[in-house]
Amino acid sequence: MKGTDGFPVRIRFNKQGPVRFISHRDLARAFERAFRVGELPLAFTQGFVPRPKVGFGLALSLGHESDAEYLDFELTTDPGVEGLGAIVNQALPDGIAVTGSVALADRAPSLQESVTTVGYDVEVTNEADEPSVAAIEAALQQALERTVLEVPRTRKGREVTEDVRPALRRVELLEAEPASAVLRCELAMQPRNARPGDLIAALNSVADPIGARLGERRVVRTHQWIERGGARLEPLEADPRLRVPEARAS
Amino acid sequence: MSSLWPRIEPLLARVEKPARYIGMERGSLRPEHRPGQVAWLLLYPDTYEVGLPNQGLQILYEILNERDDAVAERSYAPWSDLEAELRGAGVPLFSVDTHRAASDFDVLAFNLSAELVATNLLNCIDLAGSPVRSGDRAPTDPLVIAGGHCTFNPEPYADFVDAFVIGDGEEPVGEITEVIGAWKRGGRATREAVLHDLATIPGVYVPSMYDVAYDGPRIVAVEPRYPDVPARVEKRTVADLAEWPYPKRQLVPLTEVVHDRLNVEIFRGCTRGCRFCQAGMITRPVRERPADQVRTMVEDGLARTGYDEVALTSLSSADFSGIDGLVGDLVNEQSGCGNVGLSLPSLRVDAFTVGLAAEIQKVKRTGLTFAPEAGTWRLRQVINKMITEEDLYAAVEGAYSQGWRRVKLYFLSGLPTEMDEDTLGIAELARNVVKIGKRHTKQATCTASIGGFVPKPHTPFQWFGQNGVDEMRRKVSMLRDATRKTSVQLRWHDPEASYAEGIVSRGDRRVGHAIEHVWRSGGTFQEWSEHFSLDLWLDGMAAAGLDPDWYVTRHREESEILPWDHIAAGLHRDFLWQDWKAALAEYGLPDCRWTPCYDCGVCTGYAIEHVVASPVAPAGGSQGTGQDLSRGGWAPVALAEKRPS
Repeated sequence: MKGTDGFPVRIRFNKQGPVRFISHRDLARAFERAFRVGELPLAFTQGFVPRPKVGFGLALSLGHESDAEYLDFELTTDPGVEGLGAIVNQALPDGIAVTGSVALADRAPSLQESVTTVGYDVEVTNEADEPSVAAIEAALQQALERTVLEVPRTRKGREVTEDVRPALRRVELLEAEPASAVLRCELAMQPRNARPGDLIAALNSVADPIGARLGERRVVRTHQWIERGGARLEPLEADPRLRVPEARAS
Repeated sequence: MSSLWPRIEPLLARVEKPARYIGMERGSLRPEHRPGQVAWLLLYPDTYEVGLPNQGLQILYEILNERDDAVAERSYAPWSDLEAELRGAGVPLFSVDTHRAASDFDVLAFNLSAELVATNLLNCIDLAGSPVRSGDRAPTDPLVIAGGHCTFNPEPYADFVDAFVIGDGEEPVGEITEVIGAWKRGGRATREAVLHDLATIPGVYVPSMYDVAYDGPRIVAVEPRYPDVPARVEKRTVADLAEWPYPKRQLVPLTEVVHDRLNVEIFRGCTRGCRFCQAGMITRPVRERPADQVRTMVEDGLARTGYDEVALTSLSSADFSGIDGLVGDLVNEQSGCGNVGLSLPSLRVDAFTVGLAAEIQKVKRTGLTFAPEAGTWRLRQVINKMITEEDLYAAVEGAYSQGWRRVKLYFLSGLPTEMDEDTLGIAELARNVVKIGKRHTKQATCTASIGGFVPKPHTPFQWFGQNGVDEMRRKVSMLRDATRKTSVQLRWHDPEASYAEGIVSRGDRRVGHAIEHVWRSGGTFQEWSEHFSLDLWLDGMAAAGLDPDWYVTRHREESEILPWDHIAAGLHRDFLWQDWKAALAEYGLPDCRWTPCYDCGVCTGYAIEHVVASPVAPAGGSQGTGQDLSRGGWAPVALAEKRPS
């Protein structure tokens, strides 16, 4: 959070089960209400219509689950980060729970700008006439051998074609069943991002001759990383506030 | 008896706004179903966004779940995309609380608050896996019950609904639970037996217990089939709102809905006596909630829900005794804990109201809404909405001078005795409002919103022939011409939708065939303009052999048996007829909560009284609040001390 004399905080939370069907906006409202129920001293923007200082990270697609969502907000008094999760969790919907929190440095870059890579487990099914998991594996192998993988995307309301190959950092196949598999992948968010749907579209662009037609089943966001100066950091570790308790004692 | 969730979940990935179907709201329950209990599925036959905030449904949800012998869950009409998925996958309608099949419940209880949801009622029954017609259901099928304002004329729904609850539902739901519980314990013998027992509960109307006889198009008799079934079903009324501090745990939805805020009902009933207003006629008398209880409900509700807005709801919130003090207290208390907004829906038109609004909206003064309802003083006397031009202009002056930029005015058109000069009076009022506004801000605008008047049962206008589609279109286009090139923005309700509402509003049992025809032709979500089709309704009426104009545009006679005459809202029929005559004579009638009783029949008939903390009307108000009304119009109104005969 930027330019502040309050107490910025970053929390990690998950989104699991039926509640994965609520939208990003719905999620923001749920947190705002949970903050009010927990009577957290939320800082507000100065302005004609004051808004709470809350900064969400990368939006999770509706229907996807996550073990690694992040949220920054700012309080007017020192919260004591330890009890924060429990206070908020009381009032959050079932399936959303805070799993970690950290006092954030002043002027820490926002989640939107700093997250570079995201990990997903994407369960895919083979919906071809003669489904086999071997075909999924073959499609994956062929796709990764390509240097260009063009898929249709919508950018700013326009239909475009985009090469997503550079954003596919790593994809491996695990937990294979007769006609489905979990793809564990790392997708880059910068400079161009890719989403699990793009991965599936990319696989389908090479899959047809192999006898594979992939459909998306369960998607779980497992990690978000901030890569900075050669290090790969979990967002809670990236920009912690340095502890100077003496300075505040007076 | 298990959850359908594993079958529903894959479908939700393919539909719009799946959050509507997951439940899990704060305040919701996931009740265990035990064998001896009566299981209620409370259904709102429109989308989740419209139905979730419905306070009546939430109140009954809590009251039933507090009982040992009952369990209640909720459901809403699935949007057409999910409906197609459900039908395709053979999955029935389900509850949002535990995703149980609707057919696992003993009762499907519908809230009917708008006429055109009738076809969604049928669709929900069908999606639940039951025959839509009551007569085709087996003892194993759920009982279909309905309540809500539309059930004051239950006849159009009579073929589909087993039993109606007329009036406040808080008390009858318990009595119904006991009757159904006993029937279940007795082995669910026949439907006839339980329906007969239900028909003996006060306020419960079981249409199959009555025979309707016709002579040509007219009804000649409605006779109960058993001696212990009442010839007239009297509405139920909760005497003291203080005993019913519900909802105690208002539901906080996980996705956006209408009226997404804490709602606290500050009083029920209204005796302003607006003659077009069914709500005001059927919910008498006025029953205020004690101010201390309101304060507690607001405080507890905000703390529990995390809402940042609370609405003090009623049919005319500025009429609550000591409203200024209450609002002052709430604004001061809430300003401490940060950014809680207060709203008062349904405000009167006067300077007092603007003062209240100023107290509430200290910062964000964008729009303010008033409802003069008619364009001329003469016509406002006819409808007994006694707002003088002075009152309106003073209110508007107050609003623009204190920083509001947009004023919205609600009007009805197609009212009894309405002449073109009355219709054009709407444009004149709106233009004058803009003129006043421009003196204060260049940005001043005024929106005039025109609803086509649909006469409602149990009102003095129940005998009036509604304007047809062409006449309403003519009036709308006249108003469009009169507001062209002004800062007045005109909005209007679709005249075709008003006409279809008119079919159901005062329909009789035979109209049920038309409703079924519309539903069978795919006509669901008729409240939604993108789904509404008047042709479906006209086809339906034709298929039923009925003349729609006979139901909609025909004036009724005093001697005519109206389809809802065997349902009583407590109002004497002769009071309504006299009030209709008074309307035609342009006579106003004062508000009886502060002036002597004119015996409409409700308090005397039911031995109940107004519960009003202040014996005098609020200061500075119009509409029969003790102000000298003669100064406002060129044709001074004579308030009727006695009803004209």
